[in-house]
Parts: sequence; structure tokens; C-alpha cells
Amino acid sequence: MNPRKKFIVSHAPFWHNGSNIPERSYHTLLAALPAVVVGLHYWGMAAVAVVSLSISSAILWELAINKVTKKTVTIGDGNAALIGLLFAMLLPATTPWWAVLTGTFVAVVLGKQIFGGIGGNSFSPVVLSVAMLSISWPHLFDFDGMLVNYDLDFVMVYPLAAVKHFGAGTAADFSFGDLLTGRQVGGIGATFGLGLIAGGIYLIVRGFIRWEISISFLAGIFVAALIFNLIDPTRWAGPMFHLLTGYTLVGAFFLATDDSSSPVNFVPMLIYGAAGGVLTVLIRSIGAFEDGVIYAVLVINLVQPLLDKIRPKALGKVV
Amino acid sequence: MLKKSFVGIIKPRLEYQPLTGSISEPILIPPPSTARLLVEGPVEERDTSLFSEGDPITAGQPLRHSGQTDAYAVATVSGTVGTISAYTGDFGKVFTAVTLLRSEEKTEQPDPVVSTPPSLDTALAHLKHLPGTLPLEKFTDQTKPIHTIVIYGGDNDILVTTNQYIVKARTTVLEHGVVSLKQITGVDRIVLAVPGEAVQTFGHLEAEVKKVDMAYPSAFPQMILHTVLGQTLPAGKSCEDLGFCFVTAEAVASLGEAYKTGHYPVRKLITVINKAEKQQLVSAVIGTPLSDIFQQLGITVQDGDRIIVGGPMTGSAVYLEDYPVMPDTSAVVVQDKDAIALVSDYPCINCGECVRTCPVYVPINMLVRLLEAGLYEEAADQYDLYSCIGCGLCSFICPSKIPIYQFIRLAKYELERMKSAEETNESS
Repeated sequence: MNPRKKFIVSHAPFWHNGSNIPERSYHTLLAALPAVVVGLHYWGMAAVAVVSLSISSAILWELAINKVTKKTVTIGDGNAALIGLLFAMLLPATTPWWAVLTGTFVAVVLGKQIFGGIGGNSFSPVVLSVAMLSISWPHLFDFDGMLVNYDLDFVMVYPLAAVKHFGAGTAADFSFGDLLTGRQVGGIGATFGLGLIAGGIYLIVRGFIRWEISISFLAGIFVAALIFNLIDPTRWAGPMFHLLTGYTLVGAFFLATDDSSSPVNFVPMLIYGAAGGVLTVLIRSIGAFEDGVIYAVLVINLVQPLLDKIRPKALGKVV
Repeated sequence: MLKKSFVGIIKPRLEYQPLTGSISEPILIPPPSTARLLVEGPVEERDTSLFSEGDPITAGQPLRHSGQTDAYAVATVSGTVGTISAYTGDFGKVFTAVTLLRSEEKTEQPDPVVSTPPSLDTALAHLKHLPGTLPLEKFTDQTKPIHTIVIYGGDNDILVTTNQYIVKARTTVLEHGVVSLKQITGVDRIVLAVPGEAVQTFGHLEAEVKKVDMAYPSAFPQMILHTVLGQTLPAGKSCEDLGFCFVTAEAVASLGEAYKTGHYPVRKLITVINKAEKQQLVSAVIGTPLSDIFQQLGITVQDGDRIIVGGPMTGSAVYLEDYPVMPDTSAVVVQDKDAIALVSDYPCINCGECVRTCPVYVPINMLVRLLEAGLYEEAADQYDLYSCIGCGLCSFICPSKIPIYQFIRLAKYELERMKSAEETNESS
């Protein structure tokens, strides 16, 4: 008798559409790249150092925690690198090395791995880390102070700080062309509006992020800012200004859309995004902080499980 | 294998393959020298007085392995009984495997049962395992009377064209089968559901003809009930609870052939999907080892390949190359070892692809978390475990490659086990 052939047996279905997690991470990295490159162009080698250190340290923290907890090494899925890049995009170019290391530690270890790794985190790791760092060392996120030694050929004032402290009239100093092309003070990868929009559209079209979240986030900002602006145009800047400054675009396309901390059903996604947008403008307009994206995203991350209870009734459900 | 499209915002849509154009005849596989039948039930409980090794057997003769149960298989070749052994299938289901050694002389005598007028009792004892399987036992439950029989003229799974061929090429026996089915079951309302566009051509059948969408999984009984017949199946209930019974077109055609010719039909139509995902219809005697079919079609299988009985989305993998063609084998898929998509133990990243692709709106992202933790009862109570119709689309698109559908089936199986254990405890 012939030796029996050994076949693979497994469970249905026997097909897979080939999607995977590394693909999602690497394409998100790719989508963020234009904004980062333009940022590096304006902010120079200091920014290169911050981005490099951030990505590499995020990967190393993940590797370290994998080793310590004796789990499979997961740095190959690209999520740690993505966290590192997104974190660097929010930092001013002159961030000291220890802050970068601390930030990526908070993001990867406290933000993600403590919850059990990818998919377990209830907050966007990057947002959580920026929130903790900006409370602990507020001067690190004071862009005017941090970037005081730069003298580039555009208005060297952080737009959101300007309108916060000197009234909405200062918004006129910033042309939309400058804001869209990265000619503004801000985080390394958060200033090049066109690049962020292009990256966001790419991610939406490829299906790596949910358009419902990004669009409703931006719509929330637009509507809320418009209302404030209509009430008192001298105190509150217009909606387009809010859309193109601070962390708005990076928040809409890269932070609020973090898979594990955002809802999956249609209506909850719309509420989640819109709530984030409105909160952002509320914090910017009547809150204590210059930019509201970070705390707005934290709050919507927090209510996500509750929002996802709004779901279509399953077919045949008897209640 | 269908891959994710570049434009990922568009929901993946798996389509059934329509059988169009000139239909080529299925390839005829010669009767096997050794046929293998699987009778439900453990080999240890076999009543040796019913049949034993070396007994002569004629095609069309039912083989019961025990007087205790109704389970039987029908001999599809004439000859003698060879070996009798045990076989274990999915979820530990046990069978008695019987080999039949075919002898050359042909028996041309008409089958005694199908030569008499149709009745439910004789059909139950003899015709349950016609090619395509006829679920006749569902008509015996007085508490759940069946008022509508739905004949589906297509196949559940993608790429499979077995029943579509029957509907297009074997209309006369199908027509005869509809009449016999009415006589046997006494059910008046027969609905013929057919895939896609070819609705007009069935006017002569004594049945209502309905059209079924071509998007997978529209052909699942639950989906046909919902979209075509306007009935929503409550979670955890079966179609029979609502008075509907689903049968395949092939079973009805086999029934028609049996009563028309007076011979028990032994050939099963199978869609064979080879490693290049090319389909071929073959006609093989039930009990033919799959290896015979592969040999005839020039398909080579090696270590590490996968042989799937049923379609690529809902079939089940078998571990024997000699696994026999069964009365319900509508398709056989062979996958090359390099083409096999493996599952992983990665956690759910909550991307929500599954939730948005589920045809019955099960919150799979939550469900899978409970199932991974073994919380089956909670999963059933809170996250609609029993609404799942088993199409497998969630596993198909999961970026983490979680075997979601496997978790779901395991959960249903475990809950069923718990339930029967409780019932045994109560009665004792």
C-alpha cells in the first residue's frame, strides 16, 4: 500500500481576499509620507532626527515589550512604525530626544501593549501619548516657543495661538495657500494640508480608513466653527481656518480613524466623527487649550463602545 | 481566488457563476471497482445479521447497519460487500464505512420500490439518499407541517454549477420529479427558485418560479426566504419551523428519473474545481473515490494540498484522497498547497470589515471577542450568534485572518452539546 498522502484540513471558508494588517499599516505610512517630507523640507535636519528617533524607538519599545512578555514579535505588522511616525508628525521639530523616547514609550507600551497589543487599545496610542506629554511638559508643545530660532519666509507664529490670544483678526495673516502648502508653524507632519488631504483620500479610496469618520469629523469642525464665526467674527476665526490649522487634518485622517478605538457601524461612525469635530472647535474656541484635536479624539475614543451599541438589528433577531 | 480590489472602499461582492452559452455534457467517470459508502453511526453498534463482509449486493439496495436507527446508505454498484470499518468526519461525527466490490455482470432488473406508485413510507425507506439527497424525514414531523417546498435550481456556493446544469439540461426528469414529489409529500405549493435571468423558460413546470440574485450568499435558504418569499427566519429556528422545506433541483430530478425509468439513479453530478480554479462538471457513481475522478481529469494531488468537498466558501476539507462521492457532494475543490490561505492567531483590530459585509448584520467584531474567550451563551444572548447563516464572508475578508466562521460553528456546536447534556440530566 502506498504511504497515505497528508493533506491540509481546515475549516471553511477556503478562500481569503488577501487583506492583511501589514498592508494596512504600510499603506497608512505611505499616505502620511508626503506631509512628512514637506515638513522635513521646512524644518530641516532637526526634524529628520525627531522622525527617525520616533519611528525607531517605537519599534524598539514594541520589540522590548514583546520580549519581556514572551509573546510573538509583532514589529513586522508595521503598527509600531506607524505609531512612531504619527507621533513624530505631531511634534515640533526641536523636540528633545528624551521627550521623543518618553512619548513613544507612552504610546507603544502604555497606549497599546498594556491593553494586550494591537486591537486592544481603547485610545489611539499616539493621541494618548501626546496628551500625556503635553500635560507633563506643556512647553514642549508651545510651537512658538519651541520653533523660536527658525526664521523661514512665512508667518512664524503658530496660527491657533495667534487667534486664541490676539483675536480672529490675526487669521487674515495666514493665506490659505500658505496653510495648504505647509508654510505654517506646527507639528512636523501636521502642516502640509494638501499632502494630508491627498493621503487621506488615498486611504479612503483604498478602504484602509472609513470615510464616514474623516468626513463627519471635518464636517463637525466646519459647522461648529461656522456657528462660532457667525456669532462673533471678531473673536472666532472662520471654518476654513480651523480646517487647515493645528492637528485638524492629521486628526481627521490619521488619529480619529485608528481602527481599534473607533466605531464600525455607519451611524456611530458619523456621530463619532461629528462629535470629535465639534469638540475640537469648542476646546479651541472656549476652552483653555490652543488646539482641541487631541482631547476631542480622546473623548470620542472613550465613548466609542457606547456609540457602537447603535447597530442595525440582525436578521431574524427575536426580541 | 478573488482578491481585494484596489479600490477598497467598494464592498467585496462575490458572485455566483451563471451557467450560460452552450452547455457541455459532463464527463462520465466509469463506475469504480471499489465503491465506498458511509452509513451514519458507529461501527461498533452494527447489527451483523443485516449484512456482513462477502454478502452479495445489488445496486439500489438500501444498507442498514443497525436496527436501532433509520440511517442507511444505498448501494450504488452490484457486487459483494468488502471491508467494513469506522470513519470519523467533521465535529467527530462517526460513520460506518462500507466498501463494495463491483462485479462485472450487470443487473437490468427494475428497482422494486420505484416501480410501485410513490408513497412517503416507501420513499423514506429507500430514496433519502438519491443523488442530491431528498430530506424526506422533514415531512414526517406532524408538529411542523410543511406547506411549501422550495426547489433551488442553483448552488449555495460560488463557482459551483451542478444544480444550474440540472435545471437547464434535465428539464423532463425535473418536471416528472415535481409531480412525484407532490404525490409523495402531499404538499401543493412548490416554488422553483432559479438564479439570475433564466426565469421565463420554466413556464411548463407545475411550480411558481422565482428569481434569486446572483450575489453570494443570496442562495442560502435563509436569504431566499427573506428576499424571495418575504419571510424572515427567526434566529435559531429552521426553515421547517416556518413550514418551508428546501430541496435541491438535483434531488428532484433524481426522483423524477427513478419513477420515470424504474431504476435507482446512482450517478451524482459534481462540479470539480481544479488547482487553476477551472470548473468541470463530471458525473460519477456515488461511492466513487475522489482519487478516481482526479485521475480521470488529470489532477495531481500532493502532500500539503487541500481537498474540499463542497464549495470554496462552505465546503469541508477531507483528509483522504479516497473519500467517496456522497449523495450531497455537489462540488469538489482541489487547492494547491501554495494557494492555501492560512488563518492566524492575530487579534481582532476592530476594522469593522466583517460587520459591514455580513448579510444578516451580526456584530461580528463583538461576537468574535466573546467567542475567543469561550463565552458562548453570552455571545448567543447579546451578539446574535444564532442569526449567522454561515456564509463565511467574515472570515473571507478578515485582515487579521481570524477563522471567525470556525469560532461560530464551534460555538453553535458547543451550545448544542450543553443543551443536550442538560436535557439528559433533567430526564434522568
